[in-house]
Amino acid sequence: MEEGKKLWVSSSPHIRSGLTTQKIMLDVLIALLPAFGVSIYVFGLPALLITIICVCTCVLTEYVIEVLKKKPITISDLSACVTGVLIAFNLPVQAPWWMCIIGSVFAIAIVKQLFGGIGHNFLNPALAGRAFLLASWPTRMTGTSFIPVDAMTEATPLGILKQGLDAPLPSNMDMFLGFPGVYGAIGEISAVALIIGGLYLIIRGIISWRIPTFYLLTVAIMAFAFGEDVIFQLCAGGLMLGAFFMATDYVSSPSTPIGQIIFAVGCGLLTMIIRKFGGYPEGVSYSILLMNCAAPLIQKYTQPRVYGKPKKKGEAVNEG
Amino acid sequence: MNQVTFKGGSHPPQFKELTKNKPVKVAEAPKEVVIPMSMHIGAPCKPLVKRNDHVYIGQKIGEEQGFVSVPIHASVSGTVKAVEERQHPNGNLVMSVIIENDGLDEFDPNIEVPPDYTTMEPQEIINHIKDYGIVGIGGATFPTHVKLTIPEDKTVDTVILNGAECEPYITCDDTLMQENPELVIQGLKIIMKAIGVDKGYIGIEDNKPEAISIMTDAASNEPNITVVPLKTKYPQGAEKQLITAVTGREVPSGGLPADAGVVVNNVGTAAQIAKSFNTGIPFYEKLVTVTGEAVSEPQTLSVRLGTPFQEAIDQAGGFKKEPGKIISGGPMMGVAQFTTEVPVIKSTSGILCFDEEQAQLPEPTDCIKCGKCVEVCPIRLQPFQMSAFALQNDWDECEALNVMDCIECGSCSFVCPAKRPLLSSFRTAKRSIAKRGKK
Repeated sequence: MEEGKKLWVSSSPHIRSGLTTQKIMLDVLIALLPAFGVSIYVFGLPALLITIICVCTCVLTEYVIEVLKKKPITISDLSACVTGVLIAFNLPVQAPWWMCIIGSVFAIAIVKQLFGGIGHNFLNPALAGRAFLLASWPTRMTGTSFIPVDAMTEATPLGILKQGLDAPLPSNMDMFLGFPGVYGAIGEISAVALIIGGLYLIIRGIISWRIPTFYLLTVAIMAFAFGEDVIFQLCAGGLMLGAFFMATDYVSSPSTPIGQIIFAVGCGLLTMIIRKFGGYPEGVSYSILLMNCAAPLIQKYTQPRVYGKPKKKGEAVNEG
Repeated sequence: MNQVTFKGGSHPPQFKELTKNKPVKVAEAPKEVVIPMSMHIGAPCKPLVKRNDHVYIGQKIGEEQGFVSVPIHASVSGTVKAVEERQHPNGNLVMSVIIENDGLDEFDPNIEVPPDYTTMEPQEIINHIKDYGIVGIGGATFPTHVKLTIPEDKTVDTVILNGAECEPYITCDDTLMQENPELVIQGLKIIMKAIGVDKGYIGIEDNKPEAISIMTDAASNEPNITVVPLKTKYPQGAEKQLITAVTGREVPSGGLPADAGVVVNNVGTAAQIAKSFNTGIPFYEKLVTVTGEAVSEPQTLSVRLGTPFQEAIDQAGGFKKEPGKIISGGPMMGVAQFTTEVPVIKSTSGILCFDEEQAQLPEPTDCIKCGKCVEVCPIRLQPFQMSAFALQNDWDECEALNVMDCIECGSCSFVCPAKRPLLSSFRTAKRSIAKRGKK
């Protein structure tokens, strides 16, 4: 070997998988495309504008704060884009531009960056942003929704149900498909589009099947127990968006298999309790946020048995 | 075929096609060999020769020190040029015997072919295994005679030969099983006789269908030996994962395979035992897969112990491009070398030569807590949590999260999308905790 030629030395392993944070986030964005398509189809240009404003604000906020904190710029990991799209998907179509900006800045600056940036937020930033807007401007967030086909109505399907309004409920099929005209936040109206995106993420191994499956299952069982229309409850509101894209946020959900199941069941129970007994017609956001707070504790108490450790105290490893 | 495996694990790219199914090439013996007095776990040997002494192949040149130690033999005939400290693939300077090869390949005239092992007592077999300098060549270099000496309070009923070869790139065990299945079987029978058990298994990953079929044929007349095809998944060849896959048992935390009633040996170790019992010649040469994108003619070579890496690489056609990283072993658990002067030792399974591009690892970014490391950990640890504590030197939390049970397979670091150096943080934690425990 030539003199002076240097060899790289490092601790094993010496190879790394091709998976990167950026690729994961790109997959999430791809998975959100069907729902995005439906929102553009149903709501048109305003939906596109809301999404663009939210995404740009999120990315810019992340950039500015990282510059201020003198930290490496991480906007290329696309996580801020995902947050932006998710905030937009949680907004009603008539949300004014400044609400888009305030929600996005709150999500990235306060919930994500203030706690240390990617991987350190204890809440889902997009949901926290939505909750912040909901608490600040409740009527603008829930009061009216848009039916492009025939008329304006005063409430979402869950709102009609909650307030006992004398308005026609959409059929379950309309709720499932989300078009040609169901009411709700721009990204949550089409259950089928969100399911397609969610399945894509599960097949790609980006999210675990446990959280969406047990979340939806719990809601279905609770709906049945409360004597509600199960399909309606599954397709209504932000449930599909929440179950596949919000509750599965890595940072704010447990990583242990049993922990994920407990987390998802908790989300499902809270969602239906809020829908049935709470002051709000919809409970997905708050139930996920509440379970986010419980996630570290769930994680702590659901650690799997380590290989070679006794199954129960005092028991031999290879018995039973 | 019944396919068995363990929980967890990952699927690193194989890269085995570079050398797979190429016949073994017997490398020319080098002009000079560097034989470290430590090629095993345990006390290093005391050199028995000095400068200008003449030695034969198979002549004992290092005297074992204590029970957990094995003698070391010359791998060429010639003259001792020096007894001095040289660079060892483990990263340290180690007392070594440097022999100038006279090219005559003369074997020690005192070598005798031992009697048939079937006529020997178990203890006699174990003594011979020690005298032949045999250690576990799968990586840990644990002296085989120690492994086969079962403590009185333990009962072993099963021997497993490890032919999983789950490390990417490396194909020497595959080649051995295809070319010398009879040696593997014979070695297994000698081991079974030495510890008095009648259940023997040979576990082979199913990405080696040729080896599985050849070994199955070779074992067809052996009612006590079963070839077990294993699912191709890293780290299938890790001792604990292999035991669980084959027997369904778990090795207790902090325990040895014998605590699960099992003794595991590499197929290469078994073949070496058979070779030495057939000829009386101690361990002096071994199969090494010289491979990687920087090597001209990747192949599995039969090389003398003590052959400098550079010599072995030259026998495989030399470098075809500038090497960026030289690894002793495979890419998942191998040790990166800073020089190609280090010698082939008893546990060298491969010499992996990466080019400049492969040598560089991506920069780590923040953990996104995706849980991929949790999914792949074959011990069911929480790598991302442990690493967060390890990076803060919080050894108590690391220990509470069972970092000492980490088998250092590297699956977590491999899958991590944020490219975090998880395993290296655990190595630091384990070392610090072990040191603390001794105080």
